[in-house]
Amino acid sequence: MAMAAPLVLHLLLALLLGLGGQSRAEPERDSLREELVLTPLPSGDVSATFQFRTRWDSELQREGVSHYRLFPKVLGQLISKYSVQELHLSLTQGFWRTRFWGQPFLQAPAGAELWVWFQNSVADVDKSWKELSNILSGIFCASLNFIDSTNTVTPTASFKPLGLANGTNHHFLRYAVLPREVVCTENLTPWKKLLPCSSKAGLSVLLKAERLFHTSYHSQAVHIRPVCRDAHCVSVSWELRQTLTVVFDAYTTGQGKKDWSLFRMFSRTITEACPLASQSYVYVDISRNGQENESLEVSPPPTSTYQAVILGDRKTYAVYDLLNLATFSGSRSLNLQLKWRQLQDIGSQLVPFLHAQRYVSGYGLQKGELSTVLHNTHPYRAFPVLLLETVPWYLRLYVHTLAITTKGKENKPSYIHYQPAQDRLRPHLLEMLIQLPANSVTKVSIQFERALLKWTEYTPDPNHGFYVSPSVLSALVPNLVGAKPANWEESPLFSTMFPTSDSSSYFVRLYTEPLLVNLPTPDFSMPYNVICLTCTVVAVCYGSFYNLLTRTFHLEEPKRSRLVRWLANIIRRIRGVPPV
Amino acid sequence: EAGPGSLSRCLAYLTSFPSPSVWQDQAEQLFKSGHTNNWAVLVCTSRFWFNYRHVANTLSVYRSVKRLGIPDSHIVLMLADDMACNPRNPKPATVFSHKNMELNVYGDDVEVDYRSYEVTVENFLRVLTGRVPPSAPRSKRLLSDDRSNVLIYMTGHGGNGFLKFQDSEEITNVELADAFEQMWQKRRYHEMLFIIDTCQGASMYERFYSPNVMALASSQVGEDSLSHQPDLAIGVHLMDRYTFYVLEFLEEIHPASQANMNDLFQVCPKSLCVSTPGHRTDLFQRNPQNVLITDFFGSVRKVELTTETVSLKPDLSSMGYRYLYLTLFLNNWVASGE
Repeated sequence: MAMAAPLVLHLLLALLLGLGGQSRAEPERDSLREELVLTPLPSGDVSATFQFRTRWDSELQREGVSHYRLFPKVLGQLISKYSVQELHLSLTQGFWRTRFWGQPFLQAPAGAELWVWFQNSVADVDKSWKELSNILSGIFCASLNFIDSTNTVTPTASFKPLGLANGTNHHFLRYAVLPREVVCTENLTPWKKLLPCSSKAGLSVLLKAERLFHTSYHSQAVHIRPVCRDAHCVSVSWELRQTLTVVFDAYTTGQGKKDWSLFRMFSRTITEACPLASQSYVYVDISRNGQENESLEVSPPPTSTYQAVILGDRKTYAVYDLLNLATFSGSRSLNLQLKWRQLQDIGSQLVPFLHAQRYVSGYGLQKGELSTVLHNTHPYRAFPVLLLETVPWYLRLYVHTLAITTKGKENKPSYIHYQPAQDRLRPHLLEMLIQLPANSVTKVSIQFERALLKWTEYTPDPNHGFYVSPSVLSALVPNLVGAKPANWEESPLFSTMFPTSDSSSYFVRLYTEPLLVNLPTPDFSMPYNVICLTCTVVAVCYGSFYNLLTRTFHLEEPKRSRLVRWLANIIRRIRGVPPV
Repeated sequence: EAGPGSLSRCLAYLTSFPSPSVWQDQAEQLFKSGHTNNWAVLVCTSRFWFNYRHVANTLSVYRSVKRLGIPDSHIVLMLADDMACNPRNPKPATVFSHKNMELNVYGDDVEVDYRSYEVTVENFLRVLTGRVPPSAPRSKRLLSDDRSNVLIYMTGHGGNGFLKFQDSEEITNVELADAFEQMWQKRRYHEMLFIIDTCQGASMYERFYSPNVMALASSQVGEDSLSHQPDLAIGVHLMDRYTFYVLEFLEEIHPASQANMNDLFQVCPKSLCVSTPGHRTDLFQRNPQNVLITDFFGSVRKVELTTETVSLKPDLSSMGYRYLYLTLFLNNWVASGE
């Protein structure tokens, strides 16, 4: 209803005003594709990745655009007002365990992450960045207004544009992470409202908050970038991708069983595709069928299968086309079921070629050491990894203690960019290109000292600790199998998130855990204690001294009334004491 | 923003033309008599898991207010901590108000405007007085005018003359009274209802001196407001007594209800609440008997139907005027359809 009313309004206006004097632009074409990918993970959990992609063939740089159909108006106005080239915002709860779950399609760090490329025409990037983060905090009900110069960095080598770009001057890039940000239904509600079908039809009916947040990992993101309109790349379209990844735990949601179904996961089934979508698919990863000891049965049987090299490995997917009525086969609802025919052998899982951990070591509240451990498990190929670390200013890094060791020997990075922190102005930024030898573990460690904050700078719960944003690893990991470059429009959405130019490797961006560091915290009740103690001491000392100086003792006859004296005498006589 | 304001503008244009005087009188009467829009500012000031009940209090008022018609764009919801997705919550994305998990007041469609560390005394006073930084988005502003009825609900831990924000700062009753006076001077409300559910809540409205303010509190000075029931599965107390009975009362109200403020004053007698709820109506100009609950908790649009036709003045440039009239009318129609 809310969708139809503006359309009717504009139609009426156009009719009433007549054709003269009002240029009626050809409404730009936009299209929606939606897909859901279900991937059973080696540990028995299942991950579900939703992607909703709206492509709009329009020039958003012009301010005069006013007709929005599938592309949300609030984001379109943002792009044209702040001259945004690319925008990536993600809100995540939980951590993707690469070691046990494999490489993700698209990982995001815990909390809120925002990185934006502005266009070359922007004069004051910092001002636009501040205003943009405030507007986004209002749209997504997140505290993105806490993004300021103390947590914003300008990476020089990581975070290159993912869409079309005219030259990459990194001064137009800004990156910030808020690791403390909580993600809950209030962030999901506005995210769902941006979808063309909202949560009423298509795959988005599965997005119920009570099920989506009862998961080990929940990540929702918005990605906006310019893409080629066609293979010749003569004109530019805007692509909006809304992605949502959740991992359902076998033990909390699955009650220990490893059999999954859509109803079990989402407490809903799919009844129809979104009527506004041009494509609507559900993919189920059945790559492990055919290997010994593992056999995944998917019911209802898929209409077709899709084979491709995804994340370096040959994968097979069962495809369900929701626009094809045969998929629903008369029952009007699709409840995909995944059953394991034989027990899986957990020991035979494939460890991903690149994974990392990060931790803080040391004791006490003065010093510590930050360590990042990078694992390259490829048996014979070495590859370089770009490591980006952002450390808040109150952990003062000692760069002379930076040590990168591999197999006991020092490993010198081929590119280092270090920007030291300024107190209360900007954080530390450390970017390094490290070559990881085959089958090795590399440790990057740096020592730090904790600073004492001013007492108004502490949060209301300072004993919880302070968060350090996760490290970002960007790498081109070698493929297991050679791959063809994907055709943007025909391939499924999950294979075209990152542009690939090389058939021998694929791009992956991994994040480590965020860290929680305790700073020396003062006792906030001390001002009250000091006032009480001082006042007591002053009162006792001064009071005693004053009494000593000014108090004198006089003898005084007590004056009592006759009745009282008579009563007192009677009592005394009874007691046997001499009278008053 | 389109809304009843544009309807009034629209009707004002119409009333300035030669039209039957009866119809004109009716239209003038409509806009003299009361408010045209409703706003709500709902604040929970407590942090930490054991203060779950304060978040549940605020969310239950939020739920009632939304149910009775006030849209999210007219509600400023401030929650100082996140209980629904707290790692200690055994049922994520839910906040319950009744034990045995009968009623989930968090729901599936909630928009929190100020969350976590943003709920501070400074931000609260800025919202009330309108002195927000220029970059503040629209959802974080209280854009009320002199025809708005504003409902302000606060809950948390308090004492005699102060309310604690997030265990690190306080707002005093004097500051609150001054903020309301600023709102009155800037014509930011037509009438205001202030409800507070904390210990010694009546001390917070003692100092009010601005007109058209009605106040309710859950306990008198020297008394504590008590919590209602614990839920053994969740492990904390779910609601405070006063707000629990207010929620029960509000669940009976629907947008066309004629219940008035005297019913709300009777809501929690001492036998149920253990503390003595209090109220203050001396600054309020109307008799509480004549004040409907939906005047503050709901958003009832006044619509008058008429079968009169109005002929438009021909001497204005007809094309431009017709466009203006139609735009105003259609804007209002679109806004009311949201």
